Amino acid sequence: MEAGTPDLVKLEDLEASRALTGRKHILSLLVENRPGVLARIAGLFSRRGFNIDTLAVGPTDDPDVSRITLTLDGAVHPIDQVTKQLHKLVNVLKIRDMEPDQTISREMALFRVQASVESRAEIMHFAEIFRAKIVDVSRRTLTIEVTGSNDKIDAFERMIRPHGLIEMARTGEVAISRSRPDQ
Amino acid sequence: MRAADALCEALKAEGVEHVFGIPGGANLPTYDAIYDADFKHIQARHEQGAGHAAEGYAKASGRVGVAFATSGPGATNLVTAITDAMLDSVPTVFITGQVRTDLIGTDGFQEADVTGITLPIVKHSFLVTDPRQIPEYIHAAFHIASTGRPGPVLVDIPQDLSRADIEYEPAEGPPDLPGYKPPTEGNIKQIRLAAKALANAQRPVIYAGGGIINADASPELIEFATSDKLPVTLTVMGLGAFPAPHDQWLGMLGMHGTRTANYAMDNADLILAIGARFDDRITGKLSEFAPRAKFVHVDVDPAEISKNVPAHIPIVGDAKDVLPKLTREYRALKADSGRLEGWWKQIRAWQAEYPLGYEDSTDSEIKPQFMIEAMYEATEGEAIITSDVGQHQMWAAQYYHFSRPRQWINSGGLGTMGFGLPAAIGAKVARPDDPVVCLAGDGSLVMVCQEFATAAAHNIPVKVFLMNNGHFGMVRQWQELFWDGRYSSVEMGDSPDWAKLADAFGWTGMRCADKRELKDSMRAALEAEGPVLLDVHVSKTENCYPMIPAGAAARDMVG
Repeated sequence: MEAGTPDLVKLEDLEASRALTGRKHILSLLVENRPGVLARIAGLFSRRGFNIDTLAVGPTDDPDVSRITLTLDGAVHPIDQVTKQLHKLVNVLKIRDMEPDQTISREMALFRVQASVESRAEIMHFAEIFRAKIVDVSRRTLTIEVTGSNDKIDAFERMIRPHGLIEMARTGEVAISRSRPDQ
Repeated sequence: MRAADALCEALKAEGVEHVFGIPGGANLPTYDAIYDADFKHIQARHEQGAGHAAEGYAKASGRVGVAFATSGPGATNLVTAITDAMLDSVPTVFITGQVRTDLIGTDGFQEADVTGITLPIVKHSFLVTDPRQIPEYIHAAFHIASTGRPGPVLVDIPQDLSRADIEYEPAEGPPDLPGYKPPTEGNIKQIRLAAKALANAQRPVIYAGGGIINADASPELIEFATSDKLPVTLTVMGLGAFPAPHDQWLGMLGMHGTRTANYAMDNADLILAIGARFDDRITGKLSEFAPRAKFVHVDVDPAEISKNVPAHIPIVGDAKDVLPKLTREYRALKADSGRLEGWWKQIRAWQAEYPLGYEDSTDSEIKPQFMIEAMYEATEGEAIITSDVGQHQMWAAQYYHFSRPRQWINSGGLGTMGFGLPAAIGAKVARPDDPVVCLAGDGSLVMVCQEFATAAAHNIPVKVFLMNNGHFGMVRQWQELFWDGRYSSVEMGDSPDWAKLADAFGWTGMRCADKRELKDSMRAALEAEGPVLLDVHVSKTENCYPMIPAGAAARDMVG
């Protein structure tokens, strides 16, 4: 066989995959429910220089297994490298890099806003539009619970911030994949 | 059965014959069990020494090295050795004592959060919370340490739990670790693709590393490289995986590699990386590393692939599985060997123009490179050589032509000064019939010289050939070349008197400062009974060349 015949691979046709995807990624990890597992994951991120945007930890249907949902910026971090490093942790059972269009993701947030007599109605109107709930009230403040996508909560924050945002607490996103219609 | 006895039974079931360590308060129950154990315990004189000895043992034999330490300072003294084992992928199990469970978290005497401290430097770790876990975790630790990409595993055992009574049956089969499934077999489609690319490459280079040695895949590497006339270079961790005196051998690559190897990487059109991880000491300036090449990267650790250099053909798998398949696929293509003639002509031209060399003295002065050549001759190229870190290490890599795997034992990734002596002790315990020589630096050796006592007490006949230049030589070299000759704290002076120090520890101490006597001195040291130190006084300010300055590209080599 001669070099360069069609059976061989032309070197100029070879391409390496790109490291950065340029979008937000939601990683859903199933991990063993043991002491120190979160420290291993957090330690991995800090020593490799990966920055976590949000992190949520909670139980699953199996008491021996916890779910960690974290979001990362794929424009800054090579997600492939992140998941491969995570896979090396013995307590990490499964990792899913959630496909955006096949994923339902939600975050919950609590906002305490200044609500004077004049602005109270407008804030309550915003809450209604965003299907948020008023969960606490005082003479000068309202506390509002919002659930939704990350973007929705960002949008709500932008709407109420001019009224005087006193405090905000966000959970970080949790995510689950969509069922297929035939499931 | 007492849990500490079950620990020893579990070690025995894992085939352990030797362990290294130091007793202390928190591991008293364990040491009480070791008193009756079937394996031999070698008492070191500092836990770091025990740890490096376990590494030397593992590197010389391919078996898991084991080191014990007590809680607190005993365990923190292991940290350097654990990190070293992590960076060089050495299969090791470290077993530390911990304070009683009721004291954990109270800042008790000799308490340190050892699992916390070691979290970033272990392949995995276990903190025992139930005595029944002790043998279970030992079996899991051996499995994790020795499979996939090897590495250190720590088992931290609170004192009270190791005294508890438990039922113990030796484990059968591998432990149940649902989150640990190391890959083994390479994807055949990818291997076929790599073969087809290689068969088309005009300027290929095989760049292999310590992964070949860990996988015991040296014969498979030789078989593949010689299935055609493929040029081979190795990292400092890979030396010995391909025989140094060989027609297809380019020499070591990287910062102090040969010009031929580095120029070949710079000009290659296809680089096959196997069991190597594109460390900065290999690549130099990453953006100018091998700019003309496409990369096939084979590694058992998927995270290494495309970590530093994007791979065009990634293959996840054990080199021992991948290489024979690659050889088969490559042979089937019947590649035209004639296509490599131009490439070899170029390589031969580099070899002729840039051989490794140095200007020898015209008097009795011993040049450091001459010392390595003398060592090579005195040992007939057959000894297991351990080394410390610095100039002498690089000269050994250049001038001692390692011909077989596990012959060269050094600290490549972490670059731990003081590694050589304890590693030699471990290597000699593992391979009692092979001559073991520690090529030491005077800056390094003094950091671990308490381990002279270990070799003397256990009559472990290692030979230390000390390259004594009175300096932290590599640092001195950098200060000369890159810091305007402002020599800051790099001189060591002439303390200690090494031969006397060796004598004081019960070794035979020797000294040589005349190159005409050097080989005979070395032969005498090798033939003498018991451990021997030969203090060799070499030129004080010789620089190690050639060299790629840090952050520069291969074609900018100096010296």
